[in-house]
Amino acid sequence: MAALLSNSARVALRSGASATSKAGAAGLTFARGKATLPDLSYDYGALEPSISGKIMEIHHKNHHNTYVTNYNNSIEQLQEAQAQGNIAAQIALKPAINFNGGGHLNHTLFWENLAPKSAGGGEPPSGNLSKAIDSTYGSFNEFQSKMNAALASIQGSGWAWLVKDKQTGQIGIRTYANQDPVVGQFEPLLGIDAWEHAYYLQYQNRKVEYFSAIWDVINWKAVEKRFA
Amino acid sequence: MASQATHTLPPLPYAYDVSYTPAPDRQTALIVDTNNPQALEPVISKQIMELHHQKHHQTYINNLNAALSAQSSATQSNNVPSLIALQQKIRFNGGGHINHSLFWKNLTPPGTPGTDIGGAPALREAILARWGSHEQFIKAFNAELLGIQGSGWGWLVSKGGAKGRLDIVTTKDQDPVNAPDVPVFGVDMWEHAYYLQYLSNKAGYVEGIWKIINWAEAEKRYTAGVENPLKL
Repeated sequence: MAALLSNSARVALRSGASATSKAGAAGLTFARGKATLPDLSYDYGALEPSISGKIMEIHHKNHHNTYVTNYNNSIEQLQEAQAQGNIAAQIALKPAINFNGGGHLNHTLFWENLAPKSAGGGEPPSGNLSKAIDSTYGSFNEFQSKMNAALASIQGSGWAWLVKDKQTGQIGIRTYANQDPVVGQFEPLLGIDAWEHAYYLQYQNRKVEYFSAIWDVINWKAVEKRFA
Repeated sequence: MASQATHTLPPLPYAYDVSYTPAPDRQTALIVDTNNPQALEPVISKQIMELHHQKHHQTYINNLNAALSAQSSATQSNNVPSLIALQQKIRFNGGGHINHSLFWKNLTPPGTPGTDIGGAPALREAILARWGSHEQFIKAFNAELLGIQGSGWGWLVSKGGAKGRLDIVTTKDQDPVNAPDVPVFGVDMWEHAYYLQYLSNKAGYVEGIWKIINWAEAEKRYTAGVENPLKL
């Protein structure tokens, strides 16, 4: 069980790392074996008016950074528990690793699948991904409305993702609770954060407006690289 | 067609802000004494309270009413798949209505008599018996609140009914405390409950909430139970 747990943590990291390195952006960064907060490739205010600079700053510097810190703490405790051969302690750490490691993976992918308009944000997908969206959903518009419906249906905190099924190669929309990461059978292509902290300072209870505005800053080039 | 009871937004037992002036078109807030309006400020801001009560709570009620109406139609047409599909909507929105109704009542403006735990002798004794000290209880409760991963609630519950064994529990999203356990008081840990004021500092919100817990209401629930949270 000890090996299982540490493996699943590593596998989660590896799959995230490969997905992000394909996107050619900052990806997951480490310093002395610790996960670190990745830099954004754009300014906090660059996604306005879709997402305010204040939201971006708190979301990145405070929320994402807390996931990174707590993930590193959990992994440190996991290593201690492994060294002591304490199986119960290792199992008890699993929810914290899932939550904080998931928060780190999800946000890292999210920052990369956003871009200011000046850097191509909002330009619709092209190539194979565009074909896959059309053949699966009929049209790009139809896909967007399905994704928005999935986002609006989340009861509590969570994410909606466009994913690729590793078994069939098909794309699909899936929602995940809290910070559950996209791992296992599915590969993350495009994630939209539906936690209240992602929009509340600007949109308050009008989350549907946030879901509608975010399409103007989606970086489809990054999504296409993940799909390739 | 069976008549369908429609749920409505309960009035707050205090004002949104201390300078609140009731207007004829604003029927949602009830002020006991308009000359001396009291509110949850500075612990919870006017803006949070207005949005939380008039928008969030109202939306749970609207969606609950819609789900119950759909359930009524599905029952008449004996549409079992539809009835099953509606269960989660009723749980989420009904839970949201119940939880917020309990929450408004178990809060009271800072400095009002309800904030004095001395007004809750039976509950205080039970807390001391269970946690050793009031400080230990607060510490344990805060740790549960801050440990919630995602949206949810923290509750002090009396297990099995009134005057039962006390326990601190968390429920995810809008899951309510289920009977026969009694929700003595609850703290909303959704980000919408504190974000406009506390941002990512949820520990600040958790610390402040103790200044506005309504111990008088908590004592009532602990000793007599809660028969129907929607008819408090």
